[in-house]
Amino acid sequence: MSATAAGRAAVPFEDAVRRYEPVIGLETHVELGTASKMFCGCPVTFGAAPNSAVCPVCLGLPGSLPVINRAAIEYTIRIGLALNCTIASWCRFARKNYFYPDMPKNYQISQYDEPLCTDGWLEVEAGGRRWRVGIERVHLEEDTGKSLHVGGVTGRIHGADYSLVDYNRAGIPLVEVVTRPIAGAGALAPAVARAYVTELRDLMRSLGVSDVRMDQGSLRCDVNTSVAPAGAPWGTRTETKNVNSLRSVERAVRYEIERQAGVLDAGSRVIQETRHFHEDTGMTTPGRSKEEAQDYRYFPEPDLVPVAPPPEWIAEIRAALPELPAARRARLQALWGLPDADMAALRNAGALDLMERTVAAGAPPGQARNWWLAELARRANEAGTDLTALPVTPEQVARVIELVASGALTHRLARQVIDGVLAGEGSPDEVVAARGLAVVGGQAALAAAVDEAIAANPDVAAKVREGKLAAAGVLVGAVMRATGGRADAARARDLILERLAG
Amino acid sequence: MSATGAGAADGPDLVRLTAAQMAAAVAAGEVSAAELARAHLDRIAETDLHVHAFLHVAGEQAMAAAREVDRRRAAGEPLGPLAGVPLALKDVFTTADMPTTCASRILAGWQPPYDATVTARLRAAGVVILGKTNMDEFAMGSSTENSAFGPSRNPWDLSRVPGGSSGGSAAAVAAYQAPLAIGTDTGGSIRQPAAVCGLVGVKPTYGGSSRYGLVAFASSLDTPGPLARTVLDAALLHEAISGHDRLDSTSLDAPVPPVVAAARRPDVTGLRVGVVAELSGEGYAPGVLARFREAVDLLDSLGAKVTEVSCPHFRYALPAYYLIAPSECSSNLARFDGMRYGLRVGDDGQASAEEVMSRTRAAGFGPEVKRRIMLGTYALSSGYYDAYYGKAQQVRTLVIRDFTAAFEQVDVLVSPTTPTTAFPIGERADDPMAMYLADLCTIPSNLAGNAALSVPCGLAPEDGLPTGLQVMAPPLADDRVYQVAAAVEAALDQRRGHPLLARASALDRAVLGEQEEGR
Repeated sequence: MSATAAGRAAVPFEDAVRRYEPVIGLETHVELGTASKMFCGCPVTFGAAPNSAVCPVCLGLPGSLPVINRAAIEYTIRIGLALNCTIASWCRFARKNYFYPDMPKNYQISQYDEPLCTDGWLEVEAGGRRWRVGIERVHLEEDTGKSLHVGGVTGRIHGADYSLVDYNRAGIPLVEVVTRPIAGAGALAPAVARAYVTELRDLMRSLGVSDVRMDQGSLRCDVNTSVAPAGAPWGTRTETKNVNSLRSVERAVRYEIERQAGVLDAGSRVIQETRHFHEDTGMTTPGRSKEEAQDYRYFPEPDLVPVAPPPEWIAEIRAALPELPAARRARLQALWGLPDADMAALRNAGALDLMERTVAAGAPPGQARNWWLAELARRANEAGTDLTALPVTPEQVARVIELVASGALTHRLARQVIDGVLAGEGSPDEVVAARGLAVVGGQAALAAAVDEAIAANPDVAAKVREGKLAAAGVLVGAVMRATGGRADAARARDLILERLAG
Repeated sequence: MSATGAGAADGPDLVRLTAAQMAAAVAAGEVSAAELARAHLDRIAETDLHVHAFLHVAGEQAMAAAREVDRRRAAGEPLGPLAGVPLALKDVFTTADMPTTCASRILAGWQPPYDATVTARLRAAGVVILGKTNMDEFAMGSSTENSAFGPSRNPWDLSRVPGGSSGGSAAAVAAYQAPLAIGTDTGGSIRQPAAVCGLVGVKPTYGGSSRYGLVAFASSLDTPGPLARTVLDAALLHEAISGHDRLDSTSLDAPVPPVVAAARRPDVTGLRVGVVAELSGEGYAPGVLARFREAVDLLDSLGAKVTEVSCPHFRYALPAYYLIAPSECSSNLARFDGMRYGLRVGDDGQASAEEVMSRTRAAGFGPEVKRRIMLGTYALSSGYYDAYYGKAQQVRTLVIRDFTAAFEQVDVLVSPTTPTTAFPIGERADDPMAMYLADLCTIPSNLAGNAALSVPCGLAPEDGLPTGLQVMAPPLADDRVYQVAAAVEAALDQRRGHPLLARASALDRAVLGEQEEGR
């Protein structure tokens, strides 16, 4: 059956979601950025020499005992509160027993039926509407070591010539956030999944609890997907692992919907199993099957005492919560007066911070938006990079806007200044100076042009002396003509009035 | 004559002093710590062929530690109450300068990179660690017959077991190889060997002594504690290893009960003593019951108010223990897989990691350890958890309630420590159920986590072997068990005219070559 299942054609996505209703669920692991590990004093590191951040406790040496890291509990409560969860007044850790070489004790200290946080929600935006994603639980556990399987074709333990294990990661505090099933999203299911992980990532970042780098594994996602004919009971779900980017979350859900629709179309049944997502092909393949599924033999961890966070402490953590991403977006949108589409575009481009800093540096929001979403977005696109990776600071963009507003630069000149900044030629002012882009920048040159214009138009000058200040516009026009449009009109006008003042 | 009487003592007599006397002699400069260590190392060399109390003798480290105590004394630095006193350490505690094997092939030769908290506190107290003692593999057993390296023998009768699992520690103290030893008590593993070797053995309140560096058998039950020849010596050692340890989350952040003061106050006047009705009768040796009743009568004559107390759920304690302890052990021992340390079997370059783990565990663990891992794995399995582990935890709660109710009526509870005296080596080796019954009286206190002690109460008439009186007190009332034991010890020593252990002659006959083949 599995052989034919593998060969079965997937159904095109639009067709699949027309006839089947997908239900998705996400289990997200987030490595906490605490100073030390979950149960010992070893530092939380990334990229250190293998097995350099280890001790008897995180190596699970005989006789060693865990001691709970208070900061990890605090971070988890912070996450739970931000996800509108109930924080347990009393809960315990449990042992999850299974054998694997990267597990120092061959059990993982985790939480089972008594998680620290339960029953919350997170609102996300996808397809132009908002979705309230239910959060079933947020619990705390320890990470495992990291295996490196050398040789073989799959890069997995089976077929490898030998394996190496780095225990630096073992014992790093890991938070698992589990959603309730998300139904009713239809064709938007992949987008909702992506939007959820994006929102969760932004939330973690704003809480300061993790660097949430999917590429480095500090945010890892398992995606559950099932499909069933509309109106029928929910189908059998698969759990897709190895989903390591936001884009992959979307693709994995999409692929599983297509694949499962194909299985059902052929009259077969979807097998409950773990599947692996492949970035290169965008497909999933079966992993451990149900037959080999583990009995984890959970039981309360006898080496630890129960966690009972006092209500005052929870209140303290709640009071210290920073502004959360959704609230911040609402505030900024009101402040900037931008339409939803612009906000969505800024957020998708990861440019909210850039925008906020640009405005903070004095730029009008509309112009800041224009620069980032039009001019700079185009440059980023051309360079094949993100806006955040462009070598220009929001303060520099604000300066260019200021120079344009003051008349020191025209738009055409401003674009050239940005070119210079992006090319590494220095700050906007340095580029202006080096490339000679200033609108007749020198005081002496401008003064000469003004004197020339006054001398050439004595009648107009007399009117201005008599107080008819509007007449000064003629002189400004003369200055602009004389400088080929590179003069600063406002400064020229000021200088003219100064010269002709009684 | 000096205050300790040790002034003129030479090697053979030195080892017969109490720990308190040795410490006093060292402090007074009557004997050096190095002389004490040398005398005990000599005694071990002379006797351990017969007793097999030690798995590892650390002569060099012991002499160095002793000389350090002598140097500190010479420099006028303050010395603790046990400075310079030798000690035998159960091979279940990690030691950074000695192997730690838990008497298992799977850890043979393993050298830990760190000291257990108990080890560290002993060193800080100037106690001289002579070496590591034999035990039942991973502390699972009541006879030391489950040691992968051969059983220890009871100095009272070398054909009999010294009890277990801390049998090596008990045998060492009874054989005068050390005045003090550290054991661990999970279901009676200190008290039962103490009883059958004629010693004082104490299971402190759970959490009173740190488990950090104690290789876990059953985490919610394991408790380090002292073995000694006198109540005062046990109290001195108890105090030296006790107190809060931030490396052990289950360690109690409470003042150490005043056990030394209690050991010096042998007075039970007005103390309410409850005899546990359920811990006597059928299955108990007549001599054990006779000596127990005499001890109760003795307490009565010393002014205690003796009553009988019922603890109806104690009859379920043993089965509950044999679900909880194996369940925890099945998880605790999972780490021994040949991947990181210890034995590795079958790594032929072809076998998978899983196969190597499996082969290592098959070859590395003995039958009793495997039996308990299988029992525990089963009890925790999905679908069986509620019926076994869950139910056992409920029984545990009921046992605790029995104790709570009893301690509303009395200050301490008493019972025999073990149903029988030391049994012959091999007698119960093939009958796990008979072996498990050795812990019948001691297990309730492990489940409840309270304080319990065994003190010698005479020899059983039928076999001339030691019996023990168990005294139990509420959590953190450890001082009470010492107070009662001190009174019993003082009265019995006075009645006999000498300490009980002075009667143990089997070992000395053996050493002198009078022991016949085939005994």
